[in-house]
Amino acid sequence: MAQTVAKFGLPVGEALKIMKNRCQGGSSSKRVCIVTGTHGDELEGQYICCELGKYLRENVDRLDGIVDIYPALNPLGIDSIMRGIPGYDLDMNRTFPGTEYGTMPEMAAHEILEDIKGADICIDIHASNIFLRELPQIRMSVPTSQDLLPYAKMLNVDFIWVHESATVLESTLAHSLNTRGVKTLVVEMGVGMRITKEYCRQLMDGILNMLVNLNMLKDTQAPSVREPIVSVDGSVGFVNSPAAGIFVPVAEFGSNLEEGEYIGDVLDPLSGTVAEKVFAPCSGLLFTLREYPVVYGGSLIARILKESKN
Amino acid sequence: MEEKILFSLQSVYREPLNVRAFCFGDLNEKTICIMGALRGNEVQQMYVCANLVKVLKRLEEKGAIQKGKGIMVIPCANYYSMNINKRFWPMDNSDINRMFPGYNLGETTQRIAEGIFSSVQGFEYAVQLASFYQAGRFLTHVKHMVTPFTDSDGLSDFGLPYAVEREPRPYDTTTLNYNWQLWDTKAYSLFTQSTEELGDKAAFQAIEAILRFMKKRGIISYPIHPGHITTLVKESEMIQVHCPCGGLCRIKTDIGNVVYKGQVMAEILDPFTCEILAEVKAPEEAVVFFEISTPLIVEGTVIFKLIKNSTH
Repeated sequence: MAQTVAKFGLPVGEALKIMKNRCQGGSSSKRVCIVTGTHGDELEGQYICCELGKYLRENVDRLDGIVDIYPALNPLGIDSIMRGIPGYDLDMNRTFPGTEYGTMPEMAAHEILEDIKGADICIDIHASNIFLRELPQIRMSVPTSQDLLPYAKMLNVDFIWVHESATVLESTLAHSLNTRGVKTLVVEMGVGMRITKEYCRQLMDGILNMLVNLNMLKDTQAPSVREPIVSVDGSVGFVNSPAAGIFVPVAEFGSNLEEGEYIGDVLDPLSGTVAEKVFAPCSGLLFTLREYPVVYGGSLIARILKESKN
Repeated sequence: MEEKILFSLQSVYREPLNVRAFCFGDLNEKTICIMGALRGNEVQQMYVCANLVKVLKRLEEKGAIQKGKGIMVIPCANYYSMNINKRFWPMDNSDINRMFPGYNLGETTQRIAEGIFSSVQGFEYAVQLASFYQAGRFLTHVKHMVTPFTDSDGLSDFGLPYAVEREPRPYDTTTLNYNWQLWDTKAYSLFTQSTEELGDKAAFQAIEAILRFMKKRGIISYPIHPGHITTLVKESEMIQVHCPCGGLCRIKTDIGNVVYKGQVMAEILDPFTCEILAEVKAPEEAVVFFEISTPLIVEGTVIFKLIKNSTH
């Protein structure tokens, strides 16, 4: 059932509505929230919202609890292919917890948070950006990892990145929810402005597995899920472009690289030369690879996961 | 005066981005640094700094910069964005002023931030010409964040009518101002009335304020009016007036005006019929400190910030 989470009158002839689809069955008060579309250029979560909504509609008799699906926290951003909030040029994921009496983005953040508060679990789905392709992964800070890891392992992602906490991340939806008792898992996968069906189905299996494990889906065989690699900051190698130019990859995304292996070229189209060749600084899994070819010196080209399975 | 390039970035099809600084006085001393535009729409901020360069050049020629004092002015650190009418970084829309202290092995704007910060770190004082994310006009004022490293004493040395204290939020921790403070620089943000438009009156008010601060801190000798007795205002105590509905906003007052309880400050009009949808009234007697400048208003938007008259 579609419900309005927040509503703001726009200047001319329409209102901005942030909506959710409430799927409810059985008698349990357990609640899981699936949120996405915070960044208007990230669309991978759209397909998952569709698939999950469809599945729960068709299997509502097996559902015992509430699944709230929020497909677009930033509807105007999705409509206009803008990462931030149009008209404000603000990153919505830096406005939480928001305020009751602030600017429109702050009030929207406040109302979203109030709506999700009280849920048991929240899955916040992101899709990298238009520049980088990511293997399905969950990111969490060290202080939250003890609580979140058991749930993250249910979600069928390739790996879990436990990073140091940074003060700036305290403005994110995930931080605000985690500090208010809602276990919130941030998923990053795929690439901006595109839908990668394979990854969406992978995460969809993970979400169904979690619902079965939480006893929110009765009489359902849990999909088999992969055991993720759990990594900490020090085990991730960063590859930045050594020059400005056009990056053309050679290495295969998602492959395991040896130290010194060829990742790709930074080309200079004007002179028809290779400005720089790019090599792997360490051995490991190529879990991030640049998708958008134009680079400055310093643009992120790849990330490599050094560690093997825990 | 010596012109320096603090940081240089290569682009595939543009001339290099060279972040330029203009240095005066004792080039070995880091006394005060003034930062202009970090964003592509901060034209007024660049203009203030450019004028300051002009003034300081003359003061230096006259020998008015005190011995052992060094001044650095950076009018514009992000002209790549300015030249294409964009507020944030051309390619990824990231904000350099959310990347400090920077990282020399990180993404492009992290590298720019690091390149700048490594040069501007260590100054005794710093002033950043700042801008607000909403289009609007402020009374010219100086602001600082309340941190364990804050120096409030300097606020009144600018001689502006108002100084504002603000509690930092998590996202402030990656701004230039916060990081300056973290590294022992007494840092202030100076807001002039506009951002994208040039305003001479406000620009010269800002320049005078900076020169007044320099004089009071013994950096320059320059005959200048002592300015106003500054009223210190906590941002959290300002009255924020929200728009009750979306529509066309017709402002009926001006910044600096005193408004009285119940006075109509703006009308919100139906964009199709021009009927009045709402009147925005002053909740109490106050001075208009900020007013929005865009006619199209979203419901809930802060259209005025007021300073209670009892604050004075």
